[in-house]
Amino acid sequence: MAAFDLNTDSVRVLNQHLHDSPSGTLSVTNPGGRHCIACGIDAPVEVSIDGHVGYYCAGMNKQAKITIAGNAGPGVAENIMSGSVRVKGNASQYAGASGRGGALIIEGDASTRCGISMKGVDIVVAGSVGHMSAFLAQKGRLVICGDAGDFLGDSIYEATIYVRGNVGELGADCIEKEMTADHVQGLKQLLAATGVAANVNDFRRYGSARKLYNFNIDHADDY
Amino acid sequence: MCGIVGIYLKNEDLYPELGGFLAAMLVEMSDRGPDSAGIALYRDPVPDSSCKLTLHAAGEYDWDALRTEMASRLKSDVKLDVLASHAVVIASAQVASVQDWLRTQHPELRIMSAGSAIEIYKEKGPPREFVRQFRLHELNGSHALGHTRMATESAVTTEHSHPFSTGMDLCLVHNGSLSNHNRLRRTLRDEGVDIQTDNDSEVAAGYLMWRLREGDSLEDALNRALKDLDGFYTFAIGTKDGFAVLRDPIACKPAVMAETDEWVAMSSEFRAIAQLPGAANATIWEPAPATVYTWGH
Repeated sequence: MAAFDLNTDSVRVLNQHLHDSPSGTLSVTNPGGRHCIACGIDAPVEVSIDGHVGYYCAGMNKQAKITIAGNAGPGVAENIMSGSVRVKGNASQYAGASGRGGALIIEGDASTRCGISMKGVDIVVAGSVGHMSAFLAQKGRLVICGDAGDFLGDSIYEATIYVRGNVGELGADCIEKEMTADHVQGLKQLLAATGVAANVNDFRRYGSARKLYNFNIDHADDY
Repeated sequence: MCGIVGIYLKNEDLYPELGGFLAAMLVEMSDRGPDSAGIALYRDPVPDSSCKLTLHAAGEYDWDALRTEMASRLKSDVKLDVLASHAVVIASAQVASVQDWLRTQHPELRIMSAGSAIEIYKEKGPPREFVRQFRLHELNGSHALGHTRMATESAVTTEHSHPFSTGMDLCLVHNGSLSNHNRLRRTLRDEGVDIQTDNDSEVAAGYLMWRLREGDSLEDALNRALKDLDGFYTFAIGTKDGFAVLRDPIACKPAVMAETDEWVAMSSEFRAIAQLPGAANATIWEPAPATVYTWGH
């Protein structure tokens, strides 16, 4: 197993290795809150990071399975394409921002703007999320096992939000929707696949009222 | 972008290490603020009958002559320690009379801080150079705030650098930008608050000074600031006994806090806190938006 100690190896050396010749499993120690650790991987490798990371860890990830045994700074798994990123602690703001695919699992809490502008990623948060989560979310699923802060799903397009706990004030054009059998089944599979224990029957679903993002021809005279 | 750091020691045995801790945190925040650096340090409080001021002089200055003159004019014992471009003065006199005398007799000097425990040092240039120049590793104390500035809104000078004094033993550091500072500056000047530069953070400091003067508690003043200050900010406010943290309701500007049995720390980024002993096992959290946090002895 390849091992990198970031007290002696630079993040640049680590990332270059991950871009050039990655294989098997790889461990990273002493991350010390540094930025951009394990960014831009496009290979089926497993990376385990032992400690807290700074901004943009695991950004743009493709295929790789990345585990962070600590807290993550702003923008973890930003623009994730595929593979999975697991944060064992808490995540700072805009976790999984604009992610297009794959899965982001946060075992603790996520801060504000979790899943902002998400475009297909599945984000599962075992704890709670801060305000303005799923802002402008277009596609994918945001699962919140704890509570959601104010303005959840503001200006949401076609992403789906599941919340088990309390929801603050909903964002513009975000409404509660019916949990159909398909939604229950899909959520059950997602929770099982991501290894997050929660009773699927406790969740409520939220999504777009679709009144904001389509120009409605019937309202043309209002302008 | 700017970097903020704060450290508050619970264990008195660590007081001699305060400067070293602060130096490591400050240097780690160089990327966030390469233009200038500054600290507010709290140590060795003087008795009620005395006061402590930090003064700044541009260029060479005859501090010895100032000390002699002060002692004779103010009829008090005066102790004066020079550190780079700054000097800490301890006088057995009322702080208001010392400040008045300095303002009228020595307008060339800038009063950086006043109180009983606070000392403020700040200078333009990269944080690493600041740490060397002000021999931070030799400084002791109970708690301190630090700031590394990336100027976005006004000039890069020592006067525009943080921390800003906000009253007796109080100071403020800021990461962010205020959008209503021009109007607020006019209001504060009408209220008689002395604001010296066009810097937005100085307006925030002046605002707190005004509210505290009007009788608000620090917590009340900060809660009122949430209504009156428009913009993005993370503030750290140093007090005689500890420090306070406030983020605006949108909370775009980062802040992270950590606590162990030995210390409480805050910073713009965890990597500054990672420099402290025991950081890996600290309790770490992000201060919530629009919420006042305070620590004190």
